[in-house]
Amino acid sequence: MKMINRKIALLLGGTMLLSAAGLTGCGSSGGGENGQVIVYNWGEYIDPDTIDMFEEETGIKVVYDEFETNEVMYPKVESGAASYDVICPSDYMISKMIEKDMLAEINFDNLPNARDNIGAQYYEQSRGFDPENKYSVPYCWGTVGILYNKTMVEEPITSWAQLWDEKYADNILMQDSVRDAFMVAEKLNGFSMNTTDPAELETVKNSLIEQKPLVQAYVIDQVRDKMIGGEAAIGVIYSGEAIYTQRENADLEYVIPEEGTNVWIDSWVILKDSPNRENAEKFIDFMCRGDIAVKNFEYITYSTPNDAARELIEDEDIRNSEIAFPDLSEYNNLETFIYLGEDGDALYNELWKEVKSN
Amino acid sequence: MTSNKNNWLSAPYTLWSAVFIIIPLCMIFYYGLTDKTGAFTLENITAIATAEHAKALRLSILLSLISTLLCFLLAYPLAMILTNMKISQHSFIILIFILPMWMNFLLRTLAWQTLLEKSGVINSILTFLHLPNINIINTPYAIILGMVYNFLPFMVLPLYNALSKIDENVINAARDLGADNIHTFFRIILPLSVPGIISGLSMVFVPALTTFVISSLLGGSKILLIGNVIDQEFTQASNWNLGSGLSIVLMIFIILNMIASAVFDKDGEGSML
Repeated sequence: MKMINRKIALLLGGTMLLSAAGLTGCGSSGGGENGQVIVYNWGEYIDPDTIDMFEEETGIKVVYDEFETNEVMYPKVESGAASYDVICPSDYMISKMIEKDMLAEINFDNLPNARDNIGAQYYEQSRGFDPENKYSVPYCWGTVGILYNKTMVEEPITSWAQLWDEKYADNILMQDSVRDAFMVAEKLNGFSMNTTDPAELETVKNSLIEQKPLVQAYVIDQVRDKMIGGEAAIGVIYSGEAIYTQRENADLEYVIPEEGTNVWIDSWVILKDSPNRENAEKFIDFMCRGDIAVKNFEYITYSTPNDAARELIEDEDIRNSEIAFPDLSEYNNLETFIYLGEDGDALYNELWKEVKSN
Repeated sequence: MTSNKNNWLSAPYTLWSAVFIIIPLCMIFYYGLTDKTGAFTLENITAIATAEHAKALRLSILLSLISTLLCFLLAYPLAMILTNMKISQHSFIILIFILPMWMNFLLRTLAWQTLLEKSGVINSILTFLHLPNINIINTPYAIILGMVYNFLPFMVLPLYNALSKIDENVINAARDLGADNIHTFFRIILPLSVPGIISGLSMVFVPALTTFVISSLLGGSKILLIGNVIDQEFTQASNWNLGSGLSIVLMIFIILNMIASAVFDKDGEGSML
């Protein structure tokens, strides 16, 4: 019953979305000489030049679309409203998509670059959400930490607890997505960031409500611009943004809090009903080529799991940067998100709404 | 014969409204009145009574009422001034009013964010002049400001339209019979402009009630309006059923508003232009 209705939604919404997607792709409708590949990636998560290079080298037209959070991406893909080929979700979303049987197994024989260039430890780490390394190719990884402005704080920031310090009232930026916001309070309270225990989550919710009056704003991408502009003293941010912000404002410092944090991986996956599977594999493998991956790293500054690319980084400070390539064995309580199931998700969303409306 | 011809001419619009209005509306009702398994339920509608939803709805109604009132107080004098101007002058003023509407709504709201920020444009100027800073960004005041700024033209235009339709002779007659300015205004001009007032009020109230963009951009996502709740149900929680159910509740408010407009504005005099 539901599927049928989703299909109707598909027919209505899908035609609109696809025509919009077609328009963004320079208006050509039939694709390149070797067909097309439809890519759905995070906003500002690729060097646009690499797409042009791919199109030129392969004759495959890339239709490129962007999302802001995993949660925005998922319903769009699930409803089949637009038929994407390649997507770049995060860890816990990949495990959800595997569970819902939405992903195609990747044939690594067709992806020599992905097989050889991506460091073995990243495949190992991916087993948390993709146990047999069958569905995903790591694209970026990193940590979540605190970015602070040295001129605006009185002591070095080392702990999540400082986000609850009244000294910094109206100077704190929190992440505006359920899991990231909860992770901060879960680590603060010493819980697992994958907990679904109602009592623990109640504590976490109360911590977030207690913190809310001190928070200047809940934002996602804007943390970067606001921190560069000196709008706030402390912000929760992805490590990949940290290098970029430091380039723009030398007063900014990034730290992994002592209570532990989230180590995340965003990976390329191919959808099961992908209409252009062969092109999708070509696209992913192209992005894993050392020279292409280093171009993307330099553009987006998110840590690359691509060993070949890391060797090509010219700036030695960046190649050995503690922010981009931290030695994870030095930190405690690092975790990776996993999918919590529908009930778990619903509980988190309900509690998040209570935090927001308070 | 003529009626047939008219039917044929209205075909594009009929098709348009079927595809983009009727069918989506039916889908909202379908999702709103079913649960995840597709079984009939009223839970999504009654969910409005839960603490956080009711609070969001109350806050939305409060903020949009305040914004509507502010728009009215700003727009009425302006519309009266416009009515008394010569044609050449008033078309210029109207142009000035409509001009911002040619720019993207999102862009204008983002601009306010930059203007109002702690180290934003307005505060930099105030600091330069050694004046106290204003810190209203991420508060309900900023949301009201955003609503008034964005929806003011929707109030000015119907008011101007209604006021300019008032027959000059009626006002002259009132003067002849000894009415002073205040009497003329309250007994002649104001009652005759009621259709414009009603139309203006609802054209500001409805978008203000349902907005989620203004509240998330200028409220720092800290202030949850009912529009934000619905937005989050669709985009984050992927609970289309609850999102649709709450939309239906919101529609009830809008329909009440439309009924009020229809009662007061039988002849459609208060239409936009």
